[in-house]
Amino acid sequence: MNLGRVPAPARRGRVRVAAAVIAAAGAAALLAACSSGTSVGGKNNAADPGSKYGFKTAAQSAASQITVWVDSTRLPAAQAYNKAHPNSQVKIVSYDGNANGSNSFKTKFSLFDRAGSGWPDVVFTTDNNSASWGSLDGTGDLAPVNKGLVPQSTLNGFAKGSLDVCTLNGVTYCLRNDLAQNVLWYNKKLMDQWGYQVPTTWEQYEQLADKVAQQHPGYIVGSAGDAWAPEIYMWGAECPANDVTGPKTIKVDTSDPNCVKAAKMLDSLIANKTMSTLSLFGPEFAKQQGSKVLMLPGPDWYGGSVFQGTLKTPKGQIAVAPALHWADQNPPVTGDVGGGAWWISSHSKNLKAAEDFATWVTTNNAYQADLAPGYPAYTAAAKGWLAKQQSSGYWANDIAAPILAAAGQVWSGWGSAAFSQESIWAKVVQAGMAQGKTIESLLPAWQTEIENEAKVLGYTVSK
Amino acid sequence: MTALATRESSAPTPQVPTSTSGSRRTAGSRRPRAGHFFVLPYVVLLALFGVIPVVYSIYLAFTKAGGGFAGFSNFTRSARDYRFVPAIEHVAMYVAIWLVALIVLVVLLALVVHRLVSGKAKAVVRFAYYIPGALAGASSVLLLLFVLDPTVSPVAMILRWTGNEHFTDVITPHHLPVIFAIIAFWTGAGGWILVLYGALNTIPAEVMEAAKVDGAGPVRTALNIQLPMIRKWVSYMVILSLAAGTQLFVEPELVSQASFGIVPNDYSVNQLAYQFAFTQNDFNGSAAISIDLLVVALLCAGLFVARGKLFETD
Repeated sequence: MNLGRVPAPARRGRVRVAAAVIAAAGAAALLAACSSGTSVGGKNNAADPGSKYGFKTAAQSAASQITVWVDSTRLPAAQAYNKAHPNSQVKIVSYDGNANGSNSFKTKFSLFDRAGSGWPDVVFTTDNNSASWGSLDGTGDLAPVNKGLVPQSTLNGFAKGSLDVCTLNGVTYCLRNDLAQNVLWYNKKLMDQWGYQVPTTWEQYEQLADKVAQQHPGYIVGSAGDAWAPEIYMWGAECPANDVTGPKTIKVDTSDPNCVKAAKMLDSLIANKTMSTLSLFGPEFAKQQGSKVLMLPGPDWYGGSVFQGTLKTPKGQIAVAPALHWADQNPPVTGDVGGGAWWISSHSKNLKAAEDFATWVTTNNAYQADLAPGYPAYTAAAKGWLAKQQSSGYWANDIAAPILAAAGQVWSGWGSAAFSQESIWAKVVQAGMAQGKTIESLLPAWQTEIENEAKVLGYTVSK
Repeated sequence: MTALATRESSAPTPQVPTSTSGSRRTAGSRRPRAGHFFVLPYVVLLALFGVIPVVYSIYLAFTKAGGGFAGFSNFTRSARDYRFVPAIEHVAMYVAIWLVALIVLVVLLALVVHRLVSGKAKAVVRFAYYIPGALAGASSVLLLLFVLDPTVSPVAMILRWTGNEHFTDVITPHHLPVIFAIIAFWTGAGGWILVLYGALNTIPAEVMEAAKVDGAGPVRTALNIQLPMIRKWVSYMVILSLAAGTQLFVEPELVSQASFGIVPNDYSVNQLAYQFAFTQNDFNGSAAISIDLLVVALLCAGLFVARGKLFETD
């Protein structure tokens, strides 16, 4: 688009060409009328009960090298696979991991669908929103994994419910990488020094925040500056904003008392400045608030990514407490933030190699226990991961028990729709917060935007 | 569009030196051949990356996803989308701010450069104007992102004075048209200043001399002599800038990514077309939006061509 700004005399021809092109429109319309048109998507991969994998596969070739797409954080996974398999190397392509609602997974696959070739064999995404889009009812790009491709015994080894986010009508389309369940991270050294009790409920947490605001202004007890804030505070409050009830149905009610109480809590903490509104990974947070984090409710990967990575908090200060819950919740629940997934392309020419790769990176200790930054979804690897974390000597308490407990507490009422709840939150709520509006006042706008986005993608929305 | 074509065909033909009929014939027969040769690479590229895609998108806009003539259903569906009208408002607001800034400031700055007496100063100023334009589009936007972030900006003081403590304060929705206009102006205006400066140089010295003798000061000369004589160049600038402006994409897309989605990725009409194609897998709706843009840009260009008397011979 910069073309037009730099004077290029040749562009004068554009007017004439455009005029000619308009004239060609009639011809094109005629052409359209008598053409069968192009096929959209890879719907040719329909379910096929006759196939041993449950879907129509491309011609298989055991010698064909597979291509895998990973984000920069998962690059070590693919590299570890290549190191462990000198005779069956995979070709590694790095991309943005579909993060922050970038949609690059869908974008690229849509283009490959039109071209009819070019799909990679295995793809990692940081979110779990791709199942309904890539399923057999969608574009047909994703291979079902529980119809013969991946052994049932392997699938049984994943944490209970962890594959639900990519299961539609009993067909599972992903192998989950990590769980990303929320816990309460806190600075044990400061809490002890100031004589504060670690809260167990959100009510206690809010009271403590008020105290911190008065006694130690400048310190923060949490962050709502990222698009995944609703997955910490709204999901944990059982706010019914994302109740995916079927492949194309969703229930949304942001006026529910559960949503309102979470919004009110956030508003009061933002008002007394104990809740940060800066992005954890932006330059401002590390500079202005990085050394003033007293507590931080959030996913298990905050430990590695935020405290050890971005903030470089010294060893022996950070500890983990059980996930916060509301006093009236029975049983107590929490949310999760992301927890990426590995997807196998239905177009792969070497499904066996693709399956081997996806299984290895999700279940093998050489990656999941030793290198992975987050809590593995595969139970056996998770044990190894916790042991490895504990032996690092970085943490100020035993982090295994609370993280393990939170893994079983993730509320199942927050689903994985085809659209990104994070980009909706950023667009409506965060943009409103930047203008000084309260989250409570933005709940109706949040509702409208979820409804609109869902309808555009063919969902039926109910309240 | 017939009107456009007619106007285009009445464009000024090169003034051939008319000494003898013989030399004219020689020149006439040789020129097209050399001309064709020079134009050929452009025509090939234009066909591959301009004409064929446009024809293909017209084809897509009037067909259904599964094939078959769709009439105007792709147009009505995309126009009824809840993001369509806001996107048009955003782009209209941006284009209005940008075009006014472009016309006023570019003309003013070109006149100033033209007034400079010292040749060295002129060269330095011309070079300074041109530098930002030499950066490729996306990278100059990235540079601006640093300027707009109070934590790292070299003009953080100004941002803070105007009440912007954080990057999120800077990119609130009502700031965006102005921000995008600033980015576009900074990256694109320099080239236009040089073009208009060149245009000012074509005004014959005797005309300027006569104005001076008649007692016209700099302001009067600018208003009564220079501006009317470079009017065509200004409308040329407006037409191309309008086409570029309605296609707003790179700036909001990068700001959207830099703000982690607070600036939505469906801010402009072009971005909406991109969302249609790649999030909804609706290439036909996407093509319809692109055609909407093409038609609007053509109509506006036609208006300016007619009003600016762009292709009228002197």
